[in-house]
Amino acid sequence: MINDIPLNYFLSLAAALFCIGLFGSLARKNAIAVLMGIELMLNAVNINLVAFWRYGSPDPILNQAGIVFALFVITLAAAEAAIGLALVIAIYRSRDTVNVEEINLLKW
Amino acid sequence: MDLFGVISQLVFLLVAVLTLAAGLATVLLRNVFHAALALVGTFFGVAAIYLMLEAEFLAIVQILVYVGAIAVLILFAVMLTRGMMQTEDSNINSQWAWAATAIGVLFVGLFILILQVPWKISGQPVVGDTTPALGTALLTTYLLPFEVVSVLLLATLIGAFIIARE
Repeated sequence: MINDIPLNYFLSLAAALFCIGLFGSLARKNAIAVLMGIELMLNAVNINLVAFWRYGSPDPILNQAGIVFALFVITLAAAEAAIGLALVIAIYRSRDTVNVEEINLLKW
Repeated sequence: MDLFGVISQLVFLLVAVLTLAAGLATVLLRNVFHAALALVGTFFGVAAIYLMLEAEFLAIVQILVYVGAIAVLILFAVMLTRGMMQTEDSNINSQWAWAATAIGVLFVGLFILILQVPWKISGQPVVGDTTPALGTALLTTYLLPFEVVSVLLLATLIGAFIIARE
């Protein structure tokens, strides 16, 4: 199966998904939607890591650095989601909004 | 190319289109709750991509952690912070056109880069199970990062608890 699909396909898919996620985190007003954009970007990076492991590794069984790296990225994404959503809920409690344009206490 | 190769490519294109459509829906849907549900669809699509890359363990972890934990966390956060966001006039900010332009340039640049670079491809087949070797690697070569990331996860969850409580 893997010899029938070029590596470029996976890399292009990851680039497109990364750009979609980047747009979401730059353009959305809702803080939770910004976090969702970041999750999309992390997924796109993981696709790249796994694709390079599968296509580039001289021995995919013995050298699983790409898989291990992707596992750590998933773990850190879980940590990031937990902290980010806790911050959003704390801000919602004190300011009654999750609109990032109104959360400007530290803006010059 | 034989029939199997054509079918492989068709399956890949189908999964890729579904994943990107779900990602676009995540970014563009006005209702944040619907966007979170579209995000779940994207996670499933990425899990299918992992399966195509013969990383079965990672596909299962993707579904367990992303769909099982992170998506539920996001849905809970959306439901806890409702009210204000229902009546807003627009869900994207005033600089979205600049962001879209810059990201379009970035995507074209990345695409040209992907096509230009001569990637080193070994194309070795995966013989046998990858999961036992992955477990061995995590507890030998990558033991220190493995332990550090578990401590980090614990610290993060305690921190999230302290930040979010009253």
